[in-house]
Amino acid sequence: MNFLNKDITSIHQSLVNGDITAEQLTKQAIENAKNNEKDINAFITIDEENAIKRAQEIDKRGINPDNLLSGIPVAMKDNLLTKDVLTSAGSKMLSNFKPIISGTAVNKMLDADTISIGKTNMDEFAMGSSTETSYYGRTHNPWNLDKVPGGSSGGSAASVASGDVLAALGSDTGGSIRQPAAFNGIVGMKPTYGRVSRWGLIAFASSFDQIGPLTKNVYDNALVLNHIAGHDEHDLTSSDKEVPDFTSEIDSGVKGMKIGLPKEYLGEGVSDDVREAIKSAADKYREMGADVEEVSLPHSKYGVAAYYIIAPSEASSNLQRFDGIRYGYRSENAKNLDQLYVKSRSEGFGDEVKRRIMLGTYSLSAGFFDAYFKKAAEVRTLINKDFQKVFQNYDLILTPTTPTPAFGLDEEKDPLTMYMNDILTIPVNMAGLPGMSLPAGFSNGLPIGMQLIGKPFDETTMYKAAYAFEQNTDFHKQTPKIGGDK
Amino acid sequence: MSEKISKDTVSHVASLAKLELTDKQLPYFTDQLGNIMGIFDSLNEVDTNDVEPTFSVTDQINVMREDVADNWGERDQLLKNAPDVADGLIRTPTIIDESGD
Repeated sequence: MNFLNKDITSIHQSLVNGDITAEQLTKQAIENAKNNEKDINAFITIDEENAIKRAQEIDKRGINPDNLLSGIPVAMKDNLLTKDVLTSAGSKMLSNFKPIISGTAVNKMLDADTISIGKTNMDEFAMGSSTETSYYGRTHNPWNLDKVPGGSSGGSAASVASGDVLAALGSDTGGSIRQPAAFNGIVGMKPTYGRVSRWGLIAFASSFDQIGPLTKNVYDNALVLNHIAGHDEHDLTSSDKEVPDFTSEIDSGVKGMKIGLPKEYLGEGVSDDVREAIKSAADKYREMGADVEEVSLPHSKYGVAAYYIIAPSEASSNLQRFDGIRYGYRSENAKNLDQLYVKSRSEGFGDEVKRRIMLGTYSLSAGFFDAYFKKAAEVRTLINKDFQKVFQNYDLILTPTTPTPAFGLDEEKDPLTMYMNDILTIPVNMAGLPGMSLPAGFSNGLPIGMQLIGKPFDETTMYKAAYAFEQNTDFHKQTPKIGGDK
Repeated sequence: MSEKISKDTVSHVASLAKLELTDKQLPYFTDQLGNIMGIFDSLNEVDTNDVEPTFSVTDQINVMREDVADNWGERDQLLKNAPDVADGLIRTPTIIDESGD
């Protein structure tokens, strides 16, 4: 029996009853991951030895009946620092980097007695929407191996969808948790900016980055967020707001809830199947007693343009630290210090990272700052105000997560087309709002994701609405047959 | 902003960012960056007079803490990640290249 296809609550029961041990469960997770690797390539590192050792320790101590996460196998995106375990961020630049600490979110998962079986593949430095820019090769979509898993948390999403692990942590700067969750038919939450400490997350764009969980179902997702959320003195942007138990009222339904359906998010570029799935979801919510009405977010359409000024600007600054001196890749071809910087960076970074560094350096350079960076930051204000206005009258916003289901691995993609893929998720990061994706249908065998956007720090309402939808649909119950019917 | 970015500008930006581009890469990146920057023009449609810029959305403003030095005692561990170490110190090439090239 493959326990990894069940939900955390029922596996916990099996662990408590002694039907299975944490060690057996972890071995099964590692075996699944290894078997799937040749088709999927979800992992950069499978940390078999440490995982089994930890599982044995937890078995010895005994499964805590009050902690649902005790003994549960999980995976971590490779931009999350894990002590003594390779943390490459999918880059040649960090292909030899073993941190001396673990980040806060990772530590909190370890404190909760989860067992990390490894580090998942990702677009280099989280810059991408397809996990194709990784130094460690591409990840394949478990629903169709010729399709991308999305990105940048593509490995995390694929490892959950494939039944390797029950939960994975990802990071989301412009959609990097939600878009791969949508493409893999799973649940992905990008919490409110400040909800989860970013300490120990390799920085991409610091005013957007958030860590969040990817899981098979809504309840499991809330469970993981319970554990990783909260203030951290190491991240001064982490909020000191109280963290509620996101599972406590999760089954209280959506009666009387007011949900806004922004017309701009269902327009041109959104495929018919995706639009239909979202309209059906809206109808489902009406059936369940929610009030769903059309709303408008007129400035969201400028999100991509503003994002590709602000995020690369922050990235160009954050990535200055990679200089070949103290850690990371160092070029062998440098004769002096300046060459050491230039050659280490030029050889260590891939093309997408170089594009973003150059975009950001340009936007911040003398003479262009006002025209680009400041203008984009002003437009960001207007995007945020649109959301604030809608949230005066509505509890939630419902949109598609992506304009289309997963696209082909071998399709020709120019950078700009790739950037437009995040058009529906970027505005949420602009405003620092919580956004989640959950399964809402299928198109030609590929999952469709719907996005719920909540008020700041109101993940509780999102989980309620997501849970209600899940209970009344069966999209989340379908699992991929990896590699087809072979 | 609407003029397409030139090869010279891309070359200059690359050098500011401590990146070097080969003769083959320069036209390739120039083209791509030009296309991407094309969408930036759309921001000119938006009237942002009297709009304050948003640089951060955190609700935590000016969080203060004591400035206390903390010795993690993990010097040897840290140095394991350094590409070149001698006598417990990180070694780099000479700052000024005396060979003349």
